[in-house]
Amino acid sequence: MVSHPLRGRAAIAGIGNTKRWNAPGRTPFDQMQEAAILALEDCGIGLKDVDGLFCAISSSGLPVLNAAERLGVSVRHADGTMVGGASFLFHLQNAVSALDHGLCDVALVCYGSNQLSAGGRLVSMPDPQPYEAPYRPRYPISSYALAAARHMHDYGTTRENLADVAVAARAWANLNPDAFARGPLTRDEILSSRMVSDPITRADCCLVTDGGAALVLTRADRARDLAKPPIYVLGTGTAISHRQIAAMPDLTTTAAVESGRRAYDMAGVGPSGIDHVMVYDAFTVTTLLFLEDLGFCSKGEGGAFVSSGAIAPGGALPVNTNGGGLSCNHPGMYGLFTIIEAVEQLRGDCGERQVPGAEVALAHANGGVLSSQATAILGTAATI
Amino acid sequence: MSTDPRFGGPGPDEVWRTALDEGRFLLQHCRTCHACRFPPAMVCGACGSSDLEWKEASGSGKVYSATTVRERDNSYNVSLIDLAEGARMMSSVGGVAPDEVRIGMEVRARIVREPEAIVLFEPKEGGAW
Repeated sequence: MVSHPLRGRAAIAGIGNTKRWNAPGRTPFDQMQEAAILALEDCGIGLKDVDGLFCAISSSGLPVLNAAERLGVSVRHADGTMVGGASFLFHLQNAVSALDHGLCDVALVCYGSNQLSAGGRLVSMPDPQPYEAPYRPRYPISSYALAAARHMHDYGTTRENLADVAVAARAWANLNPDAFARGPLTRDEILSSRMVSDPITRADCCLVTDGGAALVLTRADRARDLAKPPIYVLGTGTAISHRQIAAMPDLTTTAAVESGRRAYDMAGVGPSGIDHVMVYDAFTVTTLLFLEDLGFCSKGEGGAFVSSGAIAPGGALPVNTNGGGLSCNHPGMYGLFTIIEAVEQLRGDCGERQVPGAEVALAHANGGVLSSQATAILGTAATI
Repeated sequence: MSTDPRFGGPGPDEVWRTALDEGRFLLQHCRTCHACRFPPAMVCGACGSSDLEWKEASGSGKVYSATTVRERDNSYNVSLIDLAEGARMMSSVGGVAPDEVRIGMEVRARIVREPEAIVLFEPKEGGAW
């Protein structure tokens, strides 16, 4: 089989993660700047070498301009695509292409948020929805609740199945000293948590935290000469299906089917070739949907798969090993953190939660209300 | 002026809102492939044609999914309704306790002013539950 021309052409050379999940007195741009500095220091590239800038932020409509001014970078290629929490994986795909075509030589993807310390509620971009607003759905929870309710109706998925997603995430978080929510968490505690929008309880929802993250990408040849072992981008795929939940064709099947297929095709692997999985768990139901849609289990079997213990520590498929959006962090647009954890796992830097021998990782991010989907497949030097 | 006459007059959101304020629930239909489009737009979501026409909705539908939004002192239903014409809309089903709204329930639209006109649904008389 002829490999895809973009497979392995670019690599993640540096990562930055502020791990400041509750940091009063810091703006989203402070978090973003710190993460950018950390990512550049991680690989030993200077700020003045950055010529491609990719960012999104909930509180700013002009994030690229704000970030470029603060970081003092001289940008010749930029992308401020805003499709919610999946934005950074859309940026990643564009960065790989831009690097390969010489439109930039050092790509910086960055994000910051002060969502928790600024008020403790999810900050959404101003984007009125006049065909939803009169009915007062809780945004975005009710949209995910409608998907969960339909999945339960069609496939017999139970609230216990959903709760087991959160139990697994917490078990991983308990192995991660940097996770925000640690300590015991039982299925019964989740089931008796306050109902917000049936069948989603407060404990089925991701955390609300602050945070900042960044990636530095270069072409593969340059990445080999930098401070850290390069983590190659083997495949990427993106897809968009709707804005409002009423416009989603089938609430039990997301466009992750398409983004995943594109990423698998580019990488030349399938689900059985993946050692480590990160899927955006904004709500417990999203983990089920993405495990199904990305081919780790059959459609409708996500609940049984999770309740078998498959994704928890010691299970057959290590999923969301940082603790996920449910227990590690969720600054509002969590997508970039799926890549951060995948890179750390492939570098072998994950301590107690390390997946032994991980060579290929899949990171998947979601945006809006199951609206935008983006999949990235990353690999170590052994996969090139 | 050299604007394209096919797109003259008020835009689709405005047409829909004006009709609803007058007590009429309208839906767009594609003249090319006959698919129904809601919310209003300039093109058919199924085939991409911009040749759409307005027709009065039958008001019949079926609950595709439902959730009960829980507030401290109040609970209410939010549902997705599959309209008989083929489009899907967010709405709320009343006339029944919010957590008794079931997927598959047959419902009928009514226009309510609170004070702005909105489309709500209630279980259809004798409909399948």
